Amino acid sequence: MLAKIVASVFLFVITFLPRLSLADWAVNMTEGVTDVSRSVYSLHMQIFWICVAIAVVVFSVMLWSIIHHRKSAGAKAAQFHENTTIELLWTIIPIFILIAMAVPATATLIDMYDTKESDIDIQVTGYQWKWQYQYLSEDLAFFSNLATPKEQISNLAVKNANYLLEVDEPLVIPIGKKVRFLLTSNDVIHSWWVPAFAVKKDAIPGFINEAWTQVEEVGIYRGQCAELCGKDHGFMPIVVKAVPYEDYLVWVSDKKTIIAEQEAAAARVWTMAELMEQGEKVYQTNCAACHQPNGEGISPAFPALKGSVIATQDQQAHIDIVLNGKAGTAMQAYAAQLNAVDLAAVITYERNAWGNNTGDLIAPQYIQSLLKDK
Amino acid sequence: MTSISATEHHGPEKGLMRWILTTNHKDIGSMYLIFSLLMFFIGGSMALIIRMELVEPGLQVVQPEFFNQMTTMHGLIMVFGAVMPAFVGLANWMVPMMIGAPDMALPRLNNFSFWILPFAFTMMLSSLFMDGGAPNFGWTFYAPLSTTYAPPSVTFFIFAMHMAGVSSILGAINIIVTVMNMRAPAMTYMKMPLFVWTWLITAFLLIAVMPVLAGTVTMMLTDIHFGTSFFDAGGGGDPVLFQHLFWFFGHPEVYIMILPAFGIISQIVPTFSRKPLFGYPSMVYATSSIALLSFTVWAHHMFTVGLPLVGELFFMYATMLISVPTGVKVFNWVATMFRGSLTFETPMLFAIAFIVLFTIGGFSGLMLAISPADFQYHDTYFVVAHFHYVLVPGAVFSIMAATYYWLPKWTGYMYDEFLGKCHFWCSFIGLNLTFFPMHFVGLAGMPRRIPDYSLQFADFNMISSMGGFLFGFAQILFVIVIVKCVQGGKKAKAVCWEGAKGLEWSVPSPAPYHTFETPPNLPDEKYP
Repeated sequence: MLAKIVASVFLFVITFLPRLSLADWAVNMTEGVTDVSRSVYSLHMQIFWICVAIAVVVFSVMLWSIIHHRKSAGAKAAQFHENTTIELLWTIIPIFILIAMAVPATATLIDMYDTKESDIDIQVTGYQWKWQYQYLSEDLAFFSNLATPKEQISNLAVKNANYLLEVDEPLVIPIGKKVRFLLTSNDVIHSWWVPAFAVKKDAIPGFINEAWTQVEEVGIYRGQCAELCGKDHGFMPIVVKAVPYEDYLVWVSDKKTIIAEQEAAAARVWTMAELMEQGEKVYQTNCAACHQPNGEGISPAFPALKGSVIATQDQQAHIDIVLNGKAGTAMQAYAAQLNAVDLAAVITYERNAWGNNTGDLIAPQYIQSLLKDK
Repeated sequence: MTSISATEHHGPEKGLMRWILTTNHKDIGSMYLIFSLLMFFIGGSMALIIRMELVEPGLQVVQPEFFNQMTTMHGLIMVFGAVMPAFVGLANWMVPMMIGAPDMALPRLNNFSFWILPFAFTMMLSSLFMDGGAPNFGWTFYAPLSTTYAPPSVTFFIFAMHMAGVSSILGAINIIVTVMNMRAPAMTYMKMPLFVWTWLITAFLLIAVMPVLAGTVTMMLTDIHFGTSFFDAGGGGDPVLFQHLFWFFGHPEVYIMILPAFGIISQIVPTFSRKPLFGYPSMVYATSSIALLSFTVWAHHMFTVGLPLVGELFFMYATMLISVPTGVKVFNWVATMFRGSLTFETPMLFAIAFIVLFTIGGFSGLMLAISPADFQYHDTYFVVAHFHYVLVPGAVFSIMAATYYWLPKWTGYMYDEFLGKCHFWCSFIGLNLTFFPMHFVGLAGMPRRIPDYSLQFADFNMISSMGGFLFGFAQILFVIVIVKCVQGGKKAKAVCWEGAKGLEWSVPSPAPYHTFETPPNLPDEKYP
């Protein structure tokens, strides 16, 4: 009867197996693409095999006892209950195994902590729920948002190969250079993790942590936030593009040009339709996670914008909260995150979408002048 | 649950008031156990909601904000509502009977410490229905997610934690006073059963760290409502301070959940091996050193917060050191089985599964102690696999083993052995299906506490979910076995297991409402 139950459970499992795509059964840690990540991997495998060896010895003795010393096989119980020699042995031998393990682990750790003499410094700031990258010697900064469409998350569209591991603007770093990361946060604690580099460091509001990497192979490396940071913790991936140094220099100058052009666009006159179109894009990327795509929010932490006092009445109050945030809440200060066009567009959008038909048009020039005053 | 004999001249009261006013250690023990079983099912249902959402990539069943409430409440309910009260219930039932005492030393306090719990957890669970939902910041409630960014219900959570903490401290005081003062005269400390020893050490741990938890949640309370900045860098505080405080409580707390389990296994393995426990004194010393070391390892939960190198090394070495006394315990259990005369009734099956699977959890713990490797393991499903391996086949299996082992003593009837074995095998297969694949997805890079995951983790997650449902529904068998055993069945003898030794077996089954009105002699010269 018991055997029957066990058998039927296994049958149940086996019938489900064909449903599973057998394509990807990754069962182990990645070796990664840096010296550090390879040392970490080898530490991991060493300790794993030590554990396996101990397990084989302990479980064999146990299995031997279960098979040969069962009462039904006529075993008579011995009455011994101590043996000083063996007790000393199984206390001392593990200590030596541990020392043998601690030596390489210490060496790797010292290496990981050596953040001196970096070639490039990048400040990584965690936000609910996106990352900001600032290249400290380049006067270059941008945000990196999840790029997976909402329809895929809610199962209305087929999922991409890199579902939840894709961003709009990846971090770009050169290969063969020592890159130092300075990690901090704007709100709660996040943790920046790229498995291929064996870099995981908490981003803590008010403090700066350090980590470093030197990537050897060109490629795209993906990771995720590792510390629970609220509602969309599962939706703030990290994508790092490692490119040759020359390509990196070209990318930096191109990126600067694009950002300059976007900022210059604040000087021209924007029509209502243009602002609404741009505003919707900005809203979906930056605001919809909390205030929801339909503007209805999630009470009480994330208030509704649809029909709200702020979004339908006092224009100045609306501009103020978007630019400067609201202390003690999840509402961030977007003056530091978006350019004048995007700010003007998103405020215009919020004042006119979902039946908030105020007809107000916020001019990018006006926002630009506010930003300059700060 | 308890025996009610008409011949006793002052038996229990009748009706509901018996349970509300009782000062009897057996009644209170039963209430603790029933309460924890209820919480086990509530926390378990939340786990099944989590596993339901994680069957496939994409959001199907719940939204992220509710998912976070489920992971948080599942952890809190299981730790503070299921495992801890179950051990206190077992201590209430068994400690007086094992040391030859008539009752706990402080019976009214005992009643009070139990009756705090239903109120604490009603308050905690009621937050699910509040505006903004239940706590959603993980059972570790790291600031500032649990302070500045918390839902309004966090205040209720703080008070519930205070109440649960008061209950634990009172329970711990009671056990210490009982063990120190009420042992039978012949029972010296080094003759106490190991369950009593491990509980005595656990009680000291509780008294040491529950006040730290109370202080920490009070600091959260003042940060939220009274404008202090303990955990806010903007006002001169430090979010990492919260983690140091929490884990100074939290690491001893995980030993609070496993030391009594060590005691239970050390009772059961000798009984069904028909052989004395191997290395009794080394078991006592190992347990004490684990308890002492538990105060020096807390920051191994924080290897990625940016500790200085020296701190990182200290906590790595200290943590690795814990595997030595833990290894001693496992070796002792195996040596007890070696050359015994083994039988495999349900308590022994659970105990053997405990030794094997807890050891696997211990191995992954040793791996996690290696700080550079922990940079890859930290906050992934590898950690989830690790702590479920030490808590489910560890703490939970030991509680089940204890229930099957002593149920005949409590009810006077033998439980249904066949159903008990079915319960064991379904649980054993279910939990391995659930938690073993989590090692793989964790190593492959899946962070914990996410409601949705990328495609390469899909296969193992589906297996985990199927295992989770098997494990969950298997627990209904547990309830059936207990209910059947309370109602009747084959009469249990006083010594219902052939190899059982100890004072609890010297009284009839079911144990009379009042045991040991005069101090007993120890049954066996060589005892323990």
